[in-house]
Amino acid sequence: MLRIHCPVCGWRDETEFTYGADATVRRPDVNNVDPKVWLDYVFMRDNPRGPHKEYWHHVTGCRQWVVVERDTLTHEISGSYLAREVVG
Amino acid sequence: MTARRLSYGGRIDRYRTITVEFDGRSFAAHPGDSLASALLAGGQTIFARSFKYHRPRGLMAAGVEEPNALVHLRDGARHEPNAQATMVEVFDGLKATPQNAWPSLRFDIGAVNGMLSRFFGAGFYYKTFIGPFKGTGFWMFCEKFIRSAAGMGQATTLGDPDHYEKINAFCDVLVVGAGPAGIAAALAAGRKGENVILVEQDHSVGGALLSAVPGGVSDVWLKKAESELRDISNVRILTRTTAFGAYDTEVFGLVERSQDHVKAPEVGKPRQRYWLVRSKRAILATGAIERPLVFAGNDVPGVMLASAVRKYLNRYAVLPGDRVLVATNNDSAYVAAIDLAKAGAKVMLCDLRQKGPKSLFARARAAGIDLKLGHGIVKAEGGKNVRGARLIAVDAKGKASGKEISVSCDLIATSGGWAPALHLWSQRFGKPEYHSNLDAFLPPAERGAFTCVGSLVGATSAAESAMQGHTAGGSVGKLDPLPEEDDFWGRGLLPTTVITRANGTTPGKAFVDFQHDVKLADIDQAHMEGYVSVEHLKRYTTLGMAADQGKTSNLNALTRMASLRGVDVPNVGATTFRPPYTPVTIGAIVGNDHGLHFQPTRLSTIHDWHMENGAETIEAGAWLRPWYYPAKGETLRDSYIREAAHVREHVGIVDVSTLGKIAVQGPDAAEFLNRVYTNGFKTLPVGRLRYGVMLREDGFVLDDGATARLGENDYFMSTTTANAAKVLAGAELLLQAAWRDLKVHVTTVTDQWAAIAIAGPKSRAVLADLTGADLSKEALPNNHFTNVVVDAVPCRLHRMSYSGELAYEIYIPAKSGLKVWEALIKAGVPYKLKPYGTEAMGALRIEKGHVAGSEIEGRTTMKDLGLEGFASSKKAFIGSVLRRRPLLEDPDRPSLVGLEIVGDVGAKAGSLLFAMNVPKKGHGEGWVSSATYSPALKKNIALALLSRGPQRFGETIEVVDFVGNQTLQARVVLHHFFDPEGHRQNG
Ligand SMILES: [Zn+2]
Repeated sequence: MLRIHCPVCGWRDETEFTYGADATVRRPDVNNVDPKVWLDYVFMRDNPRGPHKEYWHHVTGCRQWVVVERDTLTHEISGSYLAREVVG
Repeated sequence: MTARRLSYGGRIDRYRTITVEFDGRSFAAHPGDSLASALLAGGQTIFARSFKYHRPRGLMAAGVEEPNALVHLRDGARHEPNAQATMVEVFDGLKATPQNAWPSLRFDIGAVNGMLSRFFGAGFYYKTFIGPFKGTGFWMFCEKFIRSAAGMGQATTLGDPDHYEKINAFCDVLVVGAGPAGIAAALAAGRKGENVILVEQDHSVGGALLSAVPGGVSDVWLKKAESELRDISNVRILTRTTAFGAYDTEVFGLVERSQDHVKAPEVGKPRQRYWLVRSKRAILATGAIERPLVFAGNDVPGVMLASAVRKYLNRYAVLPGDRVLVATNNDSAYVAAIDLAKAGAKVMLCDLRQKGPKSLFARARAAGIDLKLGHGIVKAEGGKNVRGARLIAVDAKGKASGKEISVSCDLIATSGGWAPALHLWSQRFGKPEYHSNLDAFLPPAERGAFTCVGSLVGATSAAESAMQGHTAGGSVGKLDPLPEEDDFWGRGLLPTTVITRANGTTPGKAFVDFQHDVKLADIDQAHMEGYVSVEHLKRYTTLGMAADQGKTSNLNALTRMASLRGVDVPNVGATTFRPPYTPVTIGAIVGNDHGLHFQPTRLSTIHDWHMENGAETIEAGAWLRPWYYPAKGETLRDSYIREAAHVREHVGIVDVSTLGKIAVQGPDAAEFLNRVYTNGFKTLPVGRLRYGVMLREDGFVLDDGATARLGENDYFMSTTTANAAKVLAGAELLLQAAWRDLKVHVTTVTDQWAAIAIAGPKSRAVLADLTGADLSKEALPNNHFTNVVVDAVPCRLHRMSYSGELAYEIYIPAKSGLKVWEALIKAGVPYKLKPYGTEAMGALRIEKGHVAGSEIEGRTTMKDLGLEGFASSKKAFIGSVLRRRPLLEDPDRPSLVGLEIVGDVGAKAGSLLFAMNVPKKGHGEGWVSSATYSPALKKNIALALLSRGPQRFGETIEVVDFVGNQTLQARVVLHHFFDPEGHRQNG
C-alpha cells in the first residue's frame, strides 16, 4: 500500500484514492476536430520505467484530483500537487 | 533418538504440568514449551509424513523455519491445518493430529510413492502432459490419486467461530525482531523519545538469547533491558506478532496471535489482530536461519539443525539425544556441541574444515568432544530414527575422497552456515547482495528508511548485534555489554553444504527442500535438462514453493545450481520474496469485513416503509431497493406483471431515491453541461428539464439522465444509479484538470434528496389533490418542473416519464422522504395508487423501449442505441469526434430493436440471435439485452442488439440460449413497443 500526500488532507492511505490516468497528457481543445489528435489523447500512452506523473483522485477525502510524481520502478513518490495547479 | 527432559534448566515453568495430545497419545508439558518441545521430551520422533514420498519426518528446527513438523491443530470448527509444531505454544488440553499420513504416522501406505520416485521427480506435472503418456487422459487418471497422496493438511469446512480485529497504527520506528539487536535498537530509539513499536513473533522477547544456557550474563542483560523497555511509555512491545509484509512507503502488515495460545479465545477477545502499521522508518533485526547440510538420508528423524538442538536443550531442557554427531562448516555449532557435552551427551564433532580457531578446538576437547576435522557426513543411517552415519574425508575445497567411516549415534546436529532472514527487506527492495565470506545474501545496512542490524547483516555474535541495534536506534543511553564468547554465527565458514561421494553422487536420497520433497537429484536433473535460472528451477522442481517459501532450502539449491554450472552463486540469481513471511490466517485478513460488514448498505429514507409493507429487496450496487411487493402467494413474476399493469391502468409509485444527483453550479454551468451532454443545454430555460446523453472520451455511451435548470447558474443533474460515482469523478477531473477556466462547482447531492416517481393515468389527479397545485397540461407540460409543498415539506415536482405513462418525479429533502411517500399513499387511496418495485419499473421501460444499464453497457454507441437524434451537429461534446470512427459507423453493427417472442416462454438476456435456418455456431448476429413479459402487449418481449436491426423489422429470427439450451423464435420490431407516439406521457 502506498501513502500518498494530498495537498489538502496530508498523508493518506492509497485506499482513499482511485488511480486516474497519465497526468502528462493534456486534453485537446474542445473544438479540435482532428481524429488523430483525439486518438492520441485517448489511447496513446507512454509506459515509462522510472519517474512518472499520474492522477490520483482523493475520492473518499477532499475529492481533489492530485498529480503524483511516482517512480514506476521503486514506487517512490517524489512530489504531489493539485491538478488545478498544474502550469500549462 | 532417545530424547528426554532434563531435571534442571530450561525456560519452562516446572511447577505446572499440563497435558497435550498428539496422535491419540498424551504428553506432559510445562508452560513455556512449544508443542514440538513437549512431544520431543515425551519421546515422539516422527511428527509427519513428507509431501510426496510420505517419508517419516521428525523435527529439523525449533522455530519458524521448521519444514517437517506440520500438524493439524484443534478440532471441529477450530481445526487448523499446517500448524508448525515448533511455533505452537502449549496449553492444557491442546489436541493435535498428524496430517498427510494414512493409516498412521508409523505405518503410512503412501510411502510406496517413494518407490515410484522416478515418476515424481523434477517437472513431474509438466511431463505428465507430454510423452510418454501423451495427452491429458493419463493426467486425469492419475490426478485423483496424486492429489490425495500428495498434500498438506486439510482445512475445515465449518464456519470460523472466532472473530478477528484490524488495527491501524502509526509510529516513528518499527523494530522487527526482539533479539539482542532489536532490543538494543528499541531501547535507544525509545530513550530518544521516538514512538516505537517492537515486534516479536515469539511469546517472549530475547531471540537467540533464549537459546543460551539459563542463568548466564545474557539473562541478566535481557531482564534489565526488557524491564526498561516496558517502562518507556513511547515503546510498544508486540509479542506473538509477526511482521509478515513490508510494503511501499514504510507500511507494514503484522498479525498478532493474541489468543492462539489458549484453548479458545476469551469471550469478547479477538483470536488474532491484523495490524497495518505506517512507520517513518524501520529497523529490521530479523536474525538469520541456520542452513542444513545436504547429504544422503539428511531427512531421517534425528537429523536436526545444531541451533535447534541447542534451543531444545537450553530453552526447553530437552536433551534430544545421548550420542550426538555434530557436523558443521563453521564455528557456530561448537557452542551447541559444548552445551550438549556439558549436559551429559557423548559428542563427536565432524568439521568440514581442516583448520579453525585453536581456542575453540581446545574448548571443545576440554568438554570431552571427539573432534574430527576435515570430515563430513556422506550418509545418515536409519529409517524411522538415526542409528549412525558414514563420514568421509573432505579437502579444503569441500571435495570428498578416501574411505567412508561408520560411526554410531542417535542424533545428528548440522550447521551449514546462516541464511539471513531478509524476507521483509527483499519484499520491499528485491535482490540482495551475495557475500562470499558468509556464503549468503545480505541486505545493505541502510537503504531508504530501512536499517538492517544483527545477524541479518552478518553480525556473528549477540554482542555485535546489540551494538549495531544501539547505533541504529540512535545511540541514546548506555548499552550494557553482552558476553563476546557465546555465539559464532557463520564465523570461519567453509562454503560447502553439499556432501557427496568423490564421484558426485549421494548414497541415497539427499533432500534440499524438505517441505516439498525436492532432492539434490531433482536439481541435478533440472540442470541436465537445461534449466539455468533459479526462477525457472523453482517452478520446475517446486523448490521453495511450499508454505515455508524455502527458508531452509533456497540457498542450498542456489549453491548446487552454481556448482553444477561452474559459476558463482550470484550468477544463478537470488530468489526474491513476497508477503507473507509466514502464513497468515484468512480470518485475520478478512477481520470484520464479511457478510453485511463487507461494505456499507445504502438505504433510501423510505426503506423502512418498503420492509413493513412486505417488499422483497434487490441489491443495486451498494443500494438495497424494493424489487417487488408480493401479495399473498405471489411469485416475482406474478407480482411484477400485476404491478406494471396497475400502473398502466391506474397509478403507481416507486422509490427512485437511488438516482445519482449532482448539483452543477456556477456562471459557466451551462457551458459545462453543453460540453458533457451530446445534446444542447445552453438554451434550456429556467424551470425546464431536459433528457441528455453523455459519452465517454472514446465515443461510447456513458450514461443518460435528466437535468433541470433550477436558476440562472444552478442546475440539478440526475444520473443512473450505477454511474453516479463515475459521472461525478469524471466531471471533477474535467473541471480540475482540463477546463480550469470554467467557473463551475459539481457537488453530489444524492443523499440529500429522496425521490419518488409517480406514474399512470391517475398520477396528475393524485398530485393535484396532494399539493393543490395547477398541474394541468398547460401549467406543467412534459419536461417542466414546479415547486410544490407536501405536508409543509417543500418539494420539487418534475414532469417526466420513464414508463411511458403520464408521470412525475418528486424530489424531497431526504429526511422527509418517508413523510411524503406516506402522504402520497394516503392521497392515492381514491385512485387505487399502489407501490411498485424495480422489476415492474424494468418491465414498463422495456415496453416503452427506453435503454438502461443492460443496453448502455460500455460497448454501445448512440447509433447502436437509436439515440443518434440526441447528438448535436452544431457543437463539440465529449466523444463527438471519436464516436465517428469508421468502425463505429459500420452499418452492420448490432443496433437496438424490439423482439416479440413467439410462444409462451420468455427469452433470457444474453441469448444470441441467429437468422432462421443457419447453423447455430459462433456469436450470432446479436444478443438479447433485456427481456420481460409485457402485460400491456400480453406477450413476451425483449430488447436486443441485432446486426442491421432496423432494416429487419418483420423478420423472424432465432433466439438461442446456449447456457440454458433453449431456442426460441422471435419477430423483429421497433423497440418502442408501447405507445410509440408518446400520447400517454405527453397527455
Ligand atoms: Zn484530500
